[in-house]
Amino acid sequence: MSLLEIASLHKSFVSPGGERKRIVAIEKFALGAGEQVALRGESGSGKTTFLHLIAGILTPDQGSIQIGSADMTRLGEGARDRLRASTLGYIFQTFNLLQGYTCLENLLLAMSFGLGRDRARAVALLERVGLGNRLHHLPRQLSTGQQQRVAIARAMANRPRLVLADEPTGNLDQRNADEALALIRQTCRETGAALLLVSHDAGVLSRFEETRDFALLNTVGPEGGQ
Amino acid sequence: MTIFFIVRRSLRQHLLSTIVTALSIALAGGLLLSIWAVKDQSQAAFTQVNIGFDAVLGARGSKLQLVLNSIFHLEASPGNIEESDYLAIKHHPAVKRAIPIAVGDNLRGFRIVGTIPELFTGVEYALGRNFRLAAGRLFTDGANEAVLGSFAAARLGLGVGATFHPYHGLVYDPRNQHADIYTVTGILAPSNTPADKVVWIPIHGVQTMSGHDVRAATEVSAVLIQLRAPSAGFLLDLKYNRQGNRLTFAYPIGAIVADLFDKIGWFDRILALIAYLVALVSAAGILVAIYNSMDSRRRDIAILRALGAHRGIVFASVVVEAAAIGTLGMIAAFAVYWAITAAAAAIIRAQTGVLLDPLVYNPVMLWGPGAMILLSALSGVAPAWKAYRTDVATNLSPLS
Repeated sequence: MSLLEIASLHKSFVSPGGERKRIVAIEKFALGAGEQVALRGESGSGKTTFLHLIAGILTPDQGSIQIGSADMTRLGEGARDRLRASTLGYIFQTFNLLQGYTCLENLLLAMSFGLGRDRARAVALLERVGLGNRLHHLPRQLSTGQQQRVAIARAMANRPRLVLADEPTGNLDQRNADEALALIRQTCRETGAALLLVSHDAGVLSRFEETRDFALLNTVGPEGGQ
Repeated sequence: MTIFFIVRRSLRQHLLSTIVTALSIALAGGLLLSIWAVKDQSQAAFTQVNIGFDAVLGARGSKLQLVLNSIFHLEASPGNIEESDYLAIKHHPAVKRAIPIAVGDNLRGFRIVGTIPELFTGVEYALGRNFRLAAGRLFTDGANEAVLGSFAAARLGLGVGATFHPYHGLVYDPRNQHADIYTVTGILAPSNTPADKVVWIPIHGVQTMSGHDVRAATEVSAVLIQLRAPSAGFLLDLKYNRQGNRLTFAYPIGAIVADLFDKIGWFDRILALIAYLVALVSAAGILVAIYNSMDSRRRDIAILRALGAHRGIVFASVVVEAAAIGTLGMIAAFAVYWAITAAAAAIIRAQTGVLLDPLVYNPVMLWGPGAMILLSALSGVAPAWKAYRTDVATNLSPLS
């Protein structure tokens, strides 16, 4: 059985002009436990909305998102928050680190919504991404590459079964992008987490054994996506 | 607790705003505490001050003026009474002790009060406490000698052996110097009563001071009275106030002072109203400070939500943050309170000799901070609601 199974997933938004616009229409998608898949898609194709739906940040108009034994679409908001914290790791293009928190605190905070704060494990994760000597630095005191490594460590904080990565190398130079990508894939392998990465970067996509075209998956088409 | 973890970081992240807002709470809270504490303590202290006497007999007039003049050494004397009146009450069977005083002179603004040595030897000014000399000896009845209250001695800079010319009147005027020369023979130990700010001389000194009316040489300004039993006070009240019309018998002293506080109660209420308004304004300051920062916090809130924080945690963390600013402010408010009450106590001491203790417990020290922290938390509800409604997806930009 797959870790992630999506069926008949539809999501639309009301545009400022009052017109309802469909963004996501995915009939079927599945991802096995520990599997690593990259989705190829242009900007504005609805990839982020798709990941937000999986994470339970957005709710679909219809369809189901089965993560393990839980259907994200049938849960209330509080249960979705708990499922997201305990099961998913999320890596953003813009890192989305909390600027008022040190590297260590960013991890500890993420843990507090999931498995509970574990300082030793947080330190070990930061050491794993090569930032053992930056525990008490604030994000603004780090380079962009280092910030993304903190974000990777944070995504792993609650031993997720599925890691969602949204253009994780979009803001990095080539060397840092390569390192970050390798780190994401390696840490997912080490923890047994499945990885669903979306990107438009051919260089990133070429590193994956399995890539799928989001434009084929999302039947709305690129002009309807966001 | 995750909420406290979030609140601590947020306070640190918005440190300048936290400090400025907490300081405004500290000033408001300090003012609130001070107004209540000074009011209550003054009332308690002044209504307890009777320097060991139950009643005062003086010229016909206001009881309050008589008490203020003879006990607190404030206000003008309502006039003098005959020696025969003094002797009559002194020998009244219901009267245990009668001490005459005479006023009308000053020494550089400090009142000169004439009395008899018995005031310092026989009277307990408070339970179990007699006036005590810190230095020197008591004046000798009839001699040009003076005993200074501790506060007056310190302010005048006079010690045992010093000499001075009294000045006529209750207000210092260098042109009104008497020719008489007095020698300081003793300094009283502090009693924290109005006696501390008085220059005490023998009663005959005031009565016969050069330039005073010789016809009044046997008159006294008032008689301080100790009764054998409290019930006697009502009998004497009847005799002097209802049946007679020449004299005023002020009894009981505490009730007369309490009446004064009742009369100026409106002033307390205005001060309290100002304190409430200041508290409201500073609580609104918390609201504005947090509300204005909500735009820059939206992204952080969206990140928190993306990490799995429930809306309720986001809401509660903003309310707790507002309460925390209120709490920090109220901790600092005690320093402000101490500074204000210490200054107020110094002024009250200088004016009346009565000492207030800023550290005495007052119920406002519990309900004041409690109410202020609650008000602060309430002021956090509006920005918390804004935080609660923050849309996660649109604030986690960019979209791809």
